[in-house]
Amino acid sequence: MAEGTADTSDLSTDLCGIELAGPVLNGSGTFDAIAARRVFGDEVVSGFPFDCYVSKTITMNPRPGNAPYRLWETPSGMINSIGLPGPGLDGFLERDLVQLAEFDVPLIVSVMADRVEDFEILVNRVAEREEVAGIELNVSCPNVHSGLIVGEQPSETEALMKALRPLTAKPLIVKLTPNVANPHEVAMAAESGGADSVSMINTVKAAAIDPVSTRTWLGAGAGGLSGPAVRPIALAQVRSVASAVSVPVIGMGGITDAESALEFILAGARVIAVGTENFRDPRAGALVSEGLPAALARRGFASLAEAQSVTLD
Amino acid sequence: MAAEADSPRAPFGRRACEVADSRESGGYRIFTLIDAEGPAPAAGQFYMLAAAPDWAGEGGRPYLPRAISYARVTENPKGGVRLDFLIDEVGPGTSRLARMKQGDECFVAGPFGNRFSLPRQLNEGAAGAILVGGGIGIAPMAVLRRELVNRGIPSRSLLGFRDQAHSGGVDELFGCEETRLAFEDGSYGHKGFVTDLLLQLLEGDDSGSAAIYSCGPPAMLEAVRRICADRGLPVELALESPMACGYGACFGCAVPKAEGGYMRLCVDGPVVRGDQIATAMAGEPAVG
Ligand SMILES: Cc1cc2nc3c(=O)[nH]c(=O)nc-3n(C[C@H](O)[C@H](O)[C@H](O)COP(=O)(O)OP(=O)(O)OC[C@H]3O[C@@H](n4cnc5c(N)ncnc54)[C@H](O)[C@@H]3O)c2cc1C
Ligand SMILES: Cc1cc2nc3c(=O)[nH]c(=O)nc-3n(C[C@H](O)[C@H](O)[C@H](O)COP(=O)(O)O)c2cc1C
Ligand code: FES
Repeated sequence: MAEGTADTSDLSTDLCGIELAGPVLNGSGTFDAIAARRVFGDEVVSGFPFDCYVSKTITMNPRPGNAPYRLWETPSGMINSIGLPGPGLDGFLERDLVQLAEFDVPLIVSVMADRVEDFEILVNRVAEREEVAGIELNVSCPNVHSGLIVGEQPSETEALMKALRPLTAKPLIVKLTPNVANPHEVAMAAESGGADSVSMINTVKAAAIDPVSTRTWLGAGAGGLSGPAVRPIALAQVRSVASAVSVPVIGMGGITDAESALEFILAGARVIAVGTENFRDPRAGALVSEGLPAALARRGFASLAEAQSVTLD
Repeated sequence: MAAEADSPRAPFGRRACEVADSRESGGYRIFTLIDAEGPAPAAGQFYMLAAAPDWAGEGGRPYLPRAISYARVTENPKGGVRLDFLIDEVGPGTSRLARMKQGDECFVAGPFGNRFSLPRQLNEGAAGAILVGGGIGIAPMAVLRRELVNRGIPSRSLLGFRDQAHSGGVDELFGCEETRLAFEDGSYGHKGFVTDLLLQLLEGDDSGSAAIYSCGPPAMLEAVRRICADRGLPVELALESPMACGYGACFGCAVPKAEGGYMRLCVDGPVVRGDQIATAMAGEPAVG
């Protein structure tokens, strides 16, 4: 771990075969690259803040999203109940994907469905597009046949993966929910079903009460907590999952800067994602990347790879 | 949705701006930021603000930046612009912003959102504008009024307040002429709601040729929206909704559209035409 022997400024890495200029992704649903380009202009393309872009979760049909209110601020975090608004698969493939391809980073498309048959259609039609480098499966949704949240059940997760695995050679990433007692069991099931990677954590189930009435604040009744408030939970879960599976882990949950990003890498994540922090600073992802070389050097690492190979004592 | 295309463009990322001044005004606070890098904003736009030190200080809130409309823009002698903001302390975010002192730094992102249309764009036959502001909502009305004055377009301002402790900025931001005030507690001007003044005005001579603009609390905006809808008068409303990001990233700022579904207020608004939305009171218990 001699300081300065290798180059901490070279952050290039790979994620199950996808070559990345650095380890910083965005969390699905926390940065709308198309809207950001409309607001800030082409600087968002030339100075794109992430090394890989993960789309918001796409569903079969267009969805309006949940009724307001959708946001509640908590100490060091927030609860959202956005409800996956979006154009649906056709709208995404026809309009959004073409625009997303103009960004010069690999593209991962997040998809969700409430039945295997729809997941199959989503994966088939997204994977066949050459703009797409990988697919993330958002499994925080009930299966209409069983009524069970897929990502909360190892058996459901494995069955889903086994159905989807033969459809494409592109990387399939399972986004794990933290709302289970033993996330590593779900992760192991995803791996044995053929997942190339797991990403975690999704938001932590949470609720807020209206300060002046007896209603719940969020239009949908409850939502998911994110931001630094969940970071310690995420670190514990990343650590437990990373030691149970051999596929790479995409770590996220309350990352605000290079130091907290490095904590996830030390806990076992191969790459990391910035979510809620994007709301506080549109360039948050870029600031994480810019701070990583110094953060690595400060802990005595000669390279990102060295930090990625650490096992915590 | 009003006139999005030509809204000034925000620099990418947040920047630290110096607080040049902060003063009390009628129960509100007005502070001035020096934005050396940003463009001059357009009437209707807003910024996302967070005090640089001690944000998330006590009890972990405020955590997210706060959406705040600018109340005045002037050229900064050394480049960029000076921005005035009008703040009503309603919670930890606005309290922290109100406590900033001269020389402090404040994180700024923006300007975001669209701008008001001109009266003739909103209502072809409009001879002038009626501006209806309530409480802290007088800030964007003050900006619009100045723009109209600069363009030589006549306007009348109707401003409503709860009481004297919630009535800042009037003298500083509005000229006295053509401004009428309503106080709910009757302490000054008309006793009652500002919508009473609007109804009086609309019963007068030339109401059919007015373009109407409004900003204020949701219940007031909904009343203005209905008054205008009943009379077939075009109106632009500057709405509020909870916002986490201000630039289209979080989808948190949903406002129900008249045609069904939701718009993102931060990018499709905050200025909307009255007939574009289903209600100005989304999320409020009254429409729950
Ligand atoms: C486009 C736009 C322009 C605006 N311009 C101005 C302006 O010029 N001046 C100004 O003073 N304000 C302005 N606002 C309003 C201001 O951004 C909000 O009132 C902001 O929430 C205040 O933050 P706070 O922490 O002071 O209060 P909050 O604690 O956020 O309380 C404000 C309201 O939010 C709700 N609330 C309470 N707790 C929470 C919580 N934990 N999470 C979410 N919501 C909660 C309650 O209804 C409460 O009454 C604007 C808003 C928008 C969208
Ligand atoms: C407003 C918001 C929207 C989100 N939308 C999605 C989504 O569409 N799909 C998904 O898999 N995760 C979604 N997430 C979860 C994030 O990708 C991430 O897993 C989580 O927020 C934890 O990271 P953070 O604390 O850095 O935000 C969303 C989170 C937020 C705050
Ligand atoms: S405030 Fe985040 S999308 Fe509008």
